[in-house]
Amino acid sequence: MIGLEEYLLISALLFIIGLMIIITKRNSIFILIGIELILNAANLNFVAFSKYDPVYLQGQIFSLFIIVIAAAEAAVGLAIILKVYSYFRTANVDEINELKG
Amino acid sequence: MEPVKLVFYFFALLTVVSAFFILYTKHVLHAAFSLLATFLGVAGLYILAGADYLAITQIVVYVGGVLVLIIFGIMLSKKIVGEGNEPTESRNIYTAGGLFIILVVIFLYLYKKSEIADAPWIVHAKQTGDIVKTSTINTIGENLMTNYILPFELAAVILLIALIGAAFIAGRVMRNTDKS
Repeated sequence: MIGLEEYLLISALLFIIGLMIIITKRNSIFILIGIELILNAANLNFVAFSKYDPVYLQGQIFSLFIIVIAAAEAAVGLAIILKVYSYFRTANVDEINELKG
Repeated sequence: MEPVKLVFYFFALLTVVSAFFILYTKHVLHAAFSLLATFLGVAGLYILAGADYLAITQIVVYVGGVLVLIIFGIMLSKKIVGEGNEPTESRNIYTAGGLFIILVVIFLYLYKKSEIADAPWIVHAKQTGDIVKTSTINTIGENLMTNYILPFELAAVILLIALIGAAFIAGRVMRNTDKS
């Protein structure tokens, strides 16, 4: 039987990698990918704990809703990225600094 | 080693290695395909945690929906594909490296200290053998239609709002940039 700790370690690693991607990449689509990785890491934690809760399965149902929100977030995020791209002609987040004081 | 453990480590390795490849690669399309491997690996981990319905949902929604959407986004902005090859500023790299080390130390420390698997309710579930063994579809369906009916309906409303909002945001782009 696989213990809880392995899941927690994998999920922590996935979270850190997602955060690194958001920080180091300049392309806005990479940032969206990083957000998806972080959401997946959170989901993995919920599912791992939910294994010991077979009657209510609260963790699994919560991560079901996270998946719904992630899908909506990806759709809106990509629409914004496309709009920004067609306005600034770039997807590089370092160059989009019109709001910089 | 038990075969289940072997499969588990295979999926864990698939997930982590492909996630590291996204971090390493400079090409956004390669990152999108590597994301496919990550999602599949996570789906496998879900199955091994007893969440069969969630694994299918993961594949259908993430691989069939979000990933296709991301690849569409890559293809619709043709300059994006060649872009991102220039390195990011070095201070970002240093920040990321430092943060990586700090976070790994914090997580390992928490992992050592917290002893999460010794929480009373988990120990109780382990002792009584009260863990997920059969398919979870029935339980999830019953719970969604009774205890979680309000969030369930709200999720539908949110999806509709996101659909309308995304179409509105992306659709207005074409008309406004015509004059420039």
